[in-house]
Amino acid sequence: MAQNTRTTPAGTPTNVTQNHTKGGIGESTLRPDGTLKVTGEFAYSSDMWHEDMLWGQTLRSTVAHAEIENIDISEAVAMPGVYAVLTYDDLPAKMKNYGLEIQDTPVLAHGRVRHHGEPVALVAADHPETARRAAAKIKIDYKELPVVTDEASALAADAPLIHEGRDDHHAGHVPHPNIVHRQPIIRGNVEEARKRADVIVEGEYTFGMQDQAFLGPESGLAVPAEDGGVDLYVATQWLHSDLQQIAPVLGLPPEKVRMTLSGVGGAFGGREDISMQIHACLLALRTGKPVKIVYNRFESFFGHVHRHPAKLYYEHGATKDGKLTHMKCKIVLDGGAYASASPAVVGNASSLSVGPYVIDDVDIEAIALYTNNPPCGAMRGFGAVQACFAYEAQMDKVAAKLGMDPVEFRQLNAMEQGTIMPTGQVVDSPAPVAELLRRVKARPLPPEQQWLAAGEAADVRALPGGLSNTTHGEGVVRGIGYAVGIKNVGFSEGFDDYSTARVRLEVINGEPVAMVHTAMAEVGQGGVTVHAQIARTELGVTQVTIHPADTQVGSAGSTSASRQTYMTGGAVKNTCEAVRAKVLEIGRRKFGSYHPAWATAELLLEGGKVVTDGGEVLADLADVLEGEEIDVELEFRHRPTQAFDLVTGQGNGHVQYTFAAHRAVVEVDTELGLVKVVELATAQDVGKALNMLSVVGQIQGGTTQGLGVAVMEEIIVDPKTAKVRNPSFTDYLIPTILDTPTIPVDVLELADPNAPYGLRGLGEAPTLSSTPAVLAAIRAATGLELNKTPVRPEHLTGTGA
Amino acid sequence: MRVNFTVNGRKQEADDVWEGESLLYVLRERMGLPGSKNACEQGECGSCTVRLDGVPVCSCLVAAGQVEGREVVTVEGLADYAAHRTDAHPGGGCASGSCGTSIDAAKRWQAKPQDSQTGEAGALSPIQQAFIDAGAVQCGFCTPGLLVAADELLERNSEPSDADIREALSGNLCRCTGYEKILDAVRLAAARQEEAV
Repeated sequence: MAQNTRTTPAGTPTNVTQNHTKGGIGESTLRPDGTLKVTGEFAYSSDMWHEDMLWGQTLRSTVAHAEIENIDISEAVAMPGVYAVLTYDDLPAKMKNYGLEIQDTPVLAHGRVRHHGEPVALVAADHPETARRAAAKIKIDYKELPVVTDEASALAADAPLIHEGRDDHHAGHVPHPNIVHRQPIIRGNVEEARKRADVIVEGEYTFGMQDQAFLGPESGLAVPAEDGGVDLYVATQWLHSDLQQIAPVLGLPPEKVRMTLSGVGGAFGGREDISMQIHACLLALRTGKPVKIVYNRFESFFGHVHRHPAKLYYEHGATKDGKLTHMKCKIVLDGGAYASASPAVVGNASSLSVGPYVIDDVDIEAIALYTNNPPCGAMRGFGAVQACFAYEAQMDKVAAKLGMDPVEFRQLNAMEQGTIMPTGQVVDSPAPVAELLRRVKARPLPPEQQWLAAGEAADVRALPGGLSNTTHGEGVVRGIGYAVGIKNVGFSEGFDDYSTARVRLEVINGEPVAMVHTAMAEVGQGGVTVHAQIARTELGVTQVTIHPADTQVGSAGSTSASRQTYMTGGAVKNTCEAVRAKVLEIGRRKFGSYHPAWATAELLLEGGKVVTDGGEVLADLADVLEGEEIDVELEFRHRPTQAFDLVTGQGNGHVQYTFAAHRAVVEVDTELGLVKVVELATAQDVGKALNMLSVVGQIQGGTTQGLGVAVMEEIIVDPKTAKVRNPSFTDYLIPTILDTPTIPVDVLELADPNAPYGLRGLGEAPTLSSTPAVLAAIRAATGLELNKTPVRPEHLTGTGA
Repeated sequence: MRVNFTVNGRKQEADDVWEGESLLYVLRERMGLPGSKNACEQGECGSCTVRLDGVPVCSCLVAAGQVEGREVVTVEGLADYAAHRTDAHPGGGCASGSCGTSIDAAKRWQAKPQDSQTGEAGALSPIQQAFIDAGAVQCGFCTPGLLVAADELLERNSEPSDADIREALSGNLCRCTGYEKILDAVRLAAARQEEAV
């Protein structure tokens, strides 16, 4: 096939340079991509464009579980404007599956579909509507099979196996092939401890399926290259993980798949898995033309994994003086049809199931199921979010049974530095759980019944029901609730978690300029902002250029698990330190004879100069670098972790822990079941805030996603058919600015001595405790038990199921 | 069909427009203006908000044929639009209905070219600058639509209360920020507008 000479696609990321006279760590510097983003110039993956490009479309299964008896593509192929139609039989390599940990996910379905919306065929056409219409002309004959939708149907004696002949590394230790992974944790002696309990509280909780609902749908552009490889521009969370999954199914060596990060419109875990990457590459390689795929919102709901829905069974005991005696729990996570991140979610759910409390005697079990429901995997706070919802409800119940204040009860049992986790791991850095609770409780409360005080001027927008004008205060009751949570930071359980940073320092137009090149996925969190800050702090330069993220540099690991500032920030710091050492080496060589301090003093780079720790200037950085260019690429690792024992769950599995607390104030229209969250105050320890503006933004955003789960967000899957019922923003609701309250944030900075600058990963913790705090407040207002997310009006009025 | 309309002060014609195409599709795929974002194509998220004869609309819900002969302002033209408004109506905001841009004035106005490499337009509009300064931009996908909606709010209400801001922006979803810094940005832009009087 003739190869046109390709130009660079429109929307290819370019270097972003930021000038800032100080702008080191600890300052709230502004985003280097901010101007591009407010002018509409910032190119997201869906904005990529190439001369002669085609549009790809995915045909997805309309049923959840079926054998594919026949696929007829003849009408689709015959449509004018259609360049290719691909099915399983067209896959070019022996490897036809992919997956984050277990390669169980077919690139295109082969003989069987296991969930609603599974990709079956691909079309490339010259207009997106042509591609959509052609896909609709593909005829697939399904022979439907019984669906597996929950624990009972998955583990029944005659349950269909979702994956037959499993040979993955979890297959050997799970009690049933429809269980992806099982992690028990046993510590102490629950039966003995139970005897000491004056009160025992049991509870059963249900956590609904949440969608990441990032605003920029899955999209990207694949451009076939003259060497037979492909250049892929895509929005993802981890370029190198994608690459490892893409190259084998294309039958290409990894170096022939060159990936560049395009603008990412949010992620929240939903871009950890492959979506359109392989499909676009297949179509591009088949047609010899650039192919762009952009999901619409409907397809996006099928195009990525969701947060695991869960059933959680808890038992806690306590003595009458308020000390927790023991905890037993079983957490059943629904992983859906493919494994995705389920094993890691199980590890988190089990190891963090106790919450930030001291309980010596525990009996814990977490499992993830294979079912025919939509695949579930990573979403902000995974595993820990579901557990926190349940254990915090339990804490309120135990406190109530003891007649204690729920905050004081939590503080009495709060973990601290030195506490031993159920896994045997000692928490070896600050864990200010009681202090975080104290801070949110001490905050002044928003005024009560302000609609009475305001009289005629009362603003219905501040009441439940808002602009719908459903109440002027009648039947409205206030409730206050508290919650606190614990999340791990970074990849756990013995995973070789590292990041890579390349830093170049040179003189351009007489000015020293640092260029930072990593493969870190900037998904909105502000990693690019802090990288520039770190380079300024470590190298004393004002001008920092951020190179686009791509696979020409080593892996940065994933933008997930609250890890990127720790890991890639740590990698940038580490590489800058090596660059600084080279600068000083060159300086000593060039100027060492001019001043004895070159040999004797501790030397720093500040304000574009080499200075002694006493502040004496030895040389201009520009003079040292004249005629030189320093370019260093290094890997950075956090301290190693261990796998959890498969029987006892013991092991130093986590790198770092992170904590947040919330106080929710709600007003509930008890007659109509409408909830207005009035305020959602939070306190969080971040170790060290590298950029306070971004820190607070992360905390408020995470808090709001937790609020969404509490009162509105759930993907509804039909229990009879396993089909998704609400794949749109009309039916799947996320909080608007009217649903979101004021979110006052109190930030603590207690350094973790093991972490770069003492920082603590922070993105996920606010999503944990936000949900149970809102639930607790609604319970306080209504007196109802409310053991399920989200709380819907019918749960409050008793008028529905 | 052919559609003739004005985008950011410039006369445009789009050829071979299919009847089912939205204004959003024409802007993004035919006019080379991808600033307006497609996040739901259902009018739920507001990411594609543009001004149509001054009124904020979801461009995904406007059939391209409906814009024949009309004026569209997108995020790409927001800075110039705001600058022009300031020139035409010194002092910024004014009462609802009495300001905005007249059709005649809009016809005389030309967008300034932007440097596509750096995105450095001459100057940003006050609301654009405030979004950057207040930390209201994270992933930024909702930002263009929010900017157009917030700019329109400040045009008709120079001193909005928090409740006014929430109401005006309630059609724009943001998944990253929790909205607090978006409120900060609008308050900041309003305050700066006030100072400038």
